[in-house]
Amino acid sequence: MITTTIARKVAMALSGLFLILFLGQHFTINMTSVFSEKTFNFLSHFMGNNPLVQFILQPILIFGVVFHFVLGFILQLKNNKSRNVKYISYKGSANASWVSRNMILSGIVVLSFLGLHFYDFWVPEMNYKYVEFLPQDPDRYYEELVHKFHSPIRVSIYAVSFIFLSLHLFHGFASSFQSVGLNNKYTKSIKLFTVAFSLVIPAGFIFIAIFHHLNG
Amino acid sequence: MNLKLKIWRQAKAESKGRMVTYSITDVSPDMSFLEMMDMHNEQLIQKGEDPVAFDHDCREGICGMCSMFINGEAHGPDRLVTTCQLHMRKFKDGDTIIIEPFRANAFPIIKDLVVDRSAFDRIQQAGGFVSVNTSGNTQDANSIPIDKHDADKAFDAATCIGCGACVASCKNASAMLFVSAKVSQYSLLPQGKVEATDRVLNMVKQMDEEGFGNCTNTGACEVECPKGISLENVARMNREYMIASLKG
Repeated sequence: MITTTIARKVAMALSGLFLILFLGQHFTINMTSVFSEKTFNFLSHFMGNNPLVQFILQPILIFGVVFHFVLGFILQLKNNKSRNVKYISYKGSANASWVSRNMILSGIVVLSFLGLHFYDFWVPEMNYKYVEFLPQDPDRYYEELVHKFHSPIRVSIYAVSFIFLSLHLFHGFASSFQSVGLNNKYTKSIKLFTVAFSLVIPAGFIFIAIFHHLNG
Repeated sequence: MNLKLKIWRQAKAESKGRMVTYSITDVSPDMSFLEMMDMHNEQLIQKGEDPVAFDHDCREGICGMCSMFINGEAHGPDRLVTTCQLHMRKFKDGDTIIIEPFRANAFPIIKDLVVDRSAFDRIQQAGGFVSVNTSGNTQDANSIPIDKHDADKAFDAATCIGCGACVASCKNASAMLFVSAKVSQYSLLPQGKVEATDRVLNMVKQMDEEGFGNCTNTGACEVECPKGISLENVARMNREYMIASLKG
């Protein structure tokens, strides 16, 4: 079923919407770190030790991420093959936004960021729990977060990456609804929500990084 | 006006093409783009050179034959027009105009600016029709009540002239706007609903076999479409395709 153009498009949209849901949840938990160390530690400990989250939701999330970027690359390769001889003059900006034409670029930046993000947080977490089997410490999460944002270079990389995430969401969010067949009286509201979401969430993540850099 | 034309010249499908630069003088701003091309060809013939091959037929924006990619856009810089409806007043004296054929693997070049768009015909043949019994008992279409809203949307979709500007403009050379217009113009009407499931499955299958790219919702097709076909049709086709796939 996923062999046709429309099936691939729908699969891309659904996996993207799933990742957007996760992003919202991730943002909510991270934002608590700005207001309450205790709440952040509690939520992080819960997410990191709840069997449902660890052994069912986490694998689904990793599959969702891998599926989204692998399918994205497949689509890009297929699209590149649909026009072997390129135009000498092609005015893409005349009829489509830069973000919509460069989803692969913003996607690659976000994917690269995910590599760094996994290296920073996920790999040490897996090592702590499942390799070294260190004793549970419900109060360690806030300190680990603040420690990572000591480095101005890391904060800068995070900030730039979130700008690209914003660009990716700017087209991808509303586009997902079009892909699954929703283009009706709610489309204008979806586009407005897309603009708000793609600005607020990445800006919030950047704020969290800078906040802990300055206050850590 | 005096203009410089950079035109893609390619003797035949298998030949290697190249851009050739020409100068043309005394172009009237009131000429249509095709009239300018006619004038240019007359000058080439007088010089004993091979005229530039380009598609044209009705020259009033109905047939969809004229298919040039002008200065980076299908049908040139104007909106909601075909190349024959584009006038030279859109350009300035001394301008350089780059003229290329519509480019997509599914639209192979025949000669110069002429491309083979029969892929669209094959997509139509795969399901872009309503099977009507014409044995004498055919029901008068006017006797079937149709919601005005649906009738208007079906008519809007049916205004697609199959020119291929959507494919030419799309960075992925996707034909989704064309196919969705053809799917919609039938599926919105009671006569077309009977075969709606098979139609969308067969037309999308044929579209994929022709080698068009995947739609990434950039919206370039909608902007460049001379008939203003809406992306709403693409959403409708996606929806119908998903439902049809689940039905099997």
